[in-house]
Amino acid sequence: MADVNRGDRPLSPHLSIYRPQLTSITSILTRITGNALLLAALLTVWWFLAAATSPEYFATADAVITSFLGDLVMFASLWALWYHTLAGIRHLIWDNAMGLELPIAEKLGWAVVAGSALLTIVTVIII
Amino acid sequence: MRYLTDRKRAVGMGSAKSGVHHFWTMKVQSVALLILIPLFVFTYGPMLGAPHDAVLDYFSRPFPAIVAALTMIVGFKHFADGAQVLIEDYVHGTAQKVVIILVTCLSYAAMVTGLFAIARIAL
Repeated sequence: MADVNRGDRPLSPHLSIYRPQLTSITSILTRITGNALLLAALLTVWWFLAAATSPEYFATADAVITSFLGDLVMFASLWALWYHTLAGIRHLIWDNAMGLELPIAEKLGWAVVAGSALLTIVTVIII
Repeated sequence: MRYLTDRKRAVGMGSAKSGVHHFWTMKVQSVALLILIPLFVFTYGPMLGAPHDAVLDYFSRPFPAIVAALTMIVGFKHFADGAQVLIEDYVHGTAQKVVIILVTCLSYAAMVTGLFAIARIAL
């Protein structure tokens, strides 16, 4: 590429100097929940594969996924799924340049946190 | 003497090199998942811990099978595209390319394994 002059340019202040805020925490949680859902997704695929293979294999996968640890992972993943879903809706709203004012963004943040907890409890009760 | 103007050099060369294609793809996937995820949670969820026969019966019905298959396709592609953004932020250089390729391959492998299992149960 032609004459791109990259010298020692000053860096902008980085993450560590900022006080954690609702907006920043809910933002990083979106990324963490989305990527952490891989574990539950792979467990689910394994469960389907076991069910399609044989009753013995299914018994193994079912025992793992409904064990205490399995329950814990699936419960946490259920919350992560609802959290990521609601945070995704928030992004779809933001994509239209709507709801970006701080007071509204804060309200949306609380809505995502409270909404995901509520949806998790409701889902566990219904299922 | 430079043959390209600064503007010409910049056009089409945003950091993504492909405009908003990746963003738009993920936006479409996210709206699709907004429909699929509640359907999947309330079809797959009750089957967790159910007896083997009940699971086979349930997922041989069209609706639960189609919902599960669609969730596998859109969900794992959405994961691959989202994880790519995560990797691009934290891993650089050759390692970045390698990790993106591995995560993409893993996503497709999981997606098709899920589809195979669902097809085998449903058909």
